[in-house]
Amino acid sequence: MKKALSVVVTAAMMTTLMAGCGDSNGDAQSAPAADGAAAGTESAAASDAGAASDAGAADGTTFKIGGIGPTTGDAAIYGTAVMNAAQIAVDEINAAGGINGYQVEFKFEDDQSDAEKSVNAYNSLKDWGMQMLMGTVTTTPCVAVADMTAADGMFQLTPSASSTDVIVNDNVFQACFTDPNQGTASAQYIAENGLATKVAVIYDSSSVYSSGIEATFVEEAANQGIEIVAEEAFTADSKTDFSTQLQKAQSAGAELVFLPIYYTEASIILTQADGMGYEPTFFGVDGMDGILGVENFNTELAEGVMLLTPFAADADDEATQAFVSKYQELYGDVPNQFAADAYDAIYIIKAAAEQAGVTPDMSAADLGAALSGAMTSISVDGLTGEGMTWQATGEVSKAPKAVVIKDGAYAAM
Amino acid sequence: MNFLSYLINGISLGSVYAIIALGYTMVYGIAKMLNFAHGDVIMIGCYVTFLAMSGQGIHPLAAVIISIVVCTLLGIAVEKIAYKPLRRATPLAVLITAIGVSYFLQNAALLLFGADTKSFSSVVTLPALKLADGALTISGTTIVTIAACIVIMVALMLFIKKTKAGQAMLAVSEDKDAAQLMGVNVNATISLTFAIGSGLAAIAGVLFCSAYPTLTPYTGSMPGIKAFTAAVFGGIGSIPGALIGGILLGIIEILGRAYISSQLSDAIVFAVLIVVLLVKPTGILGKQIHEKV
Repeated sequence: MKKALSVVVTAAMMTTLMAGCGDSNGDAQSAPAADGAAAGTESAAASDAGAASDAGAADGTTFKIGGIGPTTGDAAIYGTAVMNAAQIAVDEINAAGGINGYQVEFKFEDDQSDAEKSVNAYNSLKDWGMQMLMGTVTTTPCVAVADMTAADGMFQLTPSASSTDVIVNDNVFQACFTDPNQGTASAQYIAENGLATKVAVIYDSSSVYSSGIEATFVEEAANQGIEIVAEEAFTADSKTDFSTQLQKAQSAGAELVFLPIYYTEASIILTQADGMGYEPTFFGVDGMDGILGVENFNTELAEGVMLLTPFAADADDEATQAFVSKYQELYGDVPNQFAADAYDAIYIIKAAAEQAGVTPDMSAADLGAALSGAMTSISVDGLTGEGMTWQATGEVSKAPKAVVIKDGAYAAM
Repeated sequence: MNFLSYLINGISLGSVYAIIALGYTMVYGIAKMLNFAHGDVIMIGCYVTFLAMSGQGIHPLAAVIISIVVCTLLGIAVEKIAYKPLRRATPLAVLITAIGVSYFLQNAALLLFGADTKSFSSVVTLPALKLADGALTISGTTIVTIAACIVIMVALMLFIKKTKAGQAMLAVSEDKDAAQLMGVNVNATISLTFAIGSGLAAIAGVLFCSAYPTLTPYTGSMPGIKAFTAAVFGGIGSIPGALIGGILLGIIEILGRAYISSQLSDAIVFAVLIVVLLVKPTGILGKQIHEKV
């Protein structure tokens, strides 16, 4: 009897574990796709590099664009926004006749912002026949996937992974600012608008993204005459208690706290600062975008928080308005900067593909070479900037905009 | 004044560690096993409180009580299903089972509640205390956390000294077989220990999430590991040891972060632990105390 019970319980445990795994792979993977992936793995084992191009060339009538990003987990808001907005762009392009006359297929895989899961997602997209990658959304997984795309010669455009480590390979381009750019621009903005002279920085030393921005911010702050009174770090293992860092910032007399971190930790910092009665100006970068969407977060605490981002949903130009209303209609949410980056990214791929005059029957590696060559000669007007251009390094040049949180919404400044 | 403020933060964080460490140390004292699923019981407790408060609009205090009941039942269930059949098995088998239960709870939470971060609103509505013209601010959560820790410790000590069930726990911790011969129901006593430990985990979880307001299925794992360290630090099996270990760990962590390096605070904590264990392998109160519960 006891034995029977323990067998049942063990079985239940296994089911839950499996179900957990299944869930983390995202809902994009339907049963037939999973079968296809399993079959594809065998051929991938036989000819590793050839698998993607074989599968792509097999139909040759549509462009297959893959996307990777977190749709569950800590950074889920980013991945979901990217997935939704990219789908809008793809649908628009298909309705308008596609790229070079060919229709576009788009498939998005979840990576939970984890490097290992991201590489798995990349492999399963390759088995699906992906020819270009729009991803990944966050920096750490992107660095891992960029090595894979370089080996395969696959064209990769990340909407939002902003570290310079992402673009070391020739086939990878960014639609967003690089981290050095964000740090420098933030310091310049703070100085030019006289927001503060004494500034504290709280950053995540275990994240490439955060420490990258922090380093350039501190460097540029010296040039701008901003005094950094406290430079406090935390790590992925101790990201719940910020009372000490805030205390040090407060006692050093910081009027502004610069937070080059993601919104999850930022929401704790705002709550804890409020608890201790410390009310400086908080200034964030694009990772702060999404803080208003944290379930049960008291958005009053975010009142007056400023962030530097290339996109403001309430901007009054026609393209932004059309995109925002379409996004709201389909997903019931105001799109954030990641959504705008992803929407632009799909159009950037389109512009590059048209410039290079490519067709879907080319192999992924040939497409990659052609698109990478075309990237430096295109100029794209998008939601996140007018006349965006690219250097061969993969870096974009566009101007940042500052946004302030007012009455529980992002408002342009 | 800054130092005082850091110290109070450290004691507050340490109080949470101490309450969690109680769960580890009591179970170890009685069943001679390390219940690594303890941290995840904390997380379940937080989710129950969160859902009761924000989903159903239940009063915070009532939500905490519901959470204690759920965690207590969960603790008993885990013990009955996963650990009781292994009572005669090797310690290693029990340890691995505990790790399995931990993963089971994490993945079950992932499935039930989703992976998205939830912002936990504090159950404490007490206003912050401002001392010395506002130079020293102590948040309401901090005061409640420290007070709760003291109350729990005193209550637990009284329970063990004054009640029959408490005496039975003492007896089982000293010699299981002899206790059974004296008419103590060993199985019931072990279940009671798990029930108390898990109920305390619910309280610790609510206090932890009130102070550090985010909730994910992995919320319990890091405080769980730190509290286990605190239990070893103070002398595993000893209740006053858990208190001392927890509070010291909290203070070292915060002061290390404030005065040495905010990046290295965890490294400092564990370095201190290594030094203590080198000098006194049984932990701070490991030997002096004979009553192990």
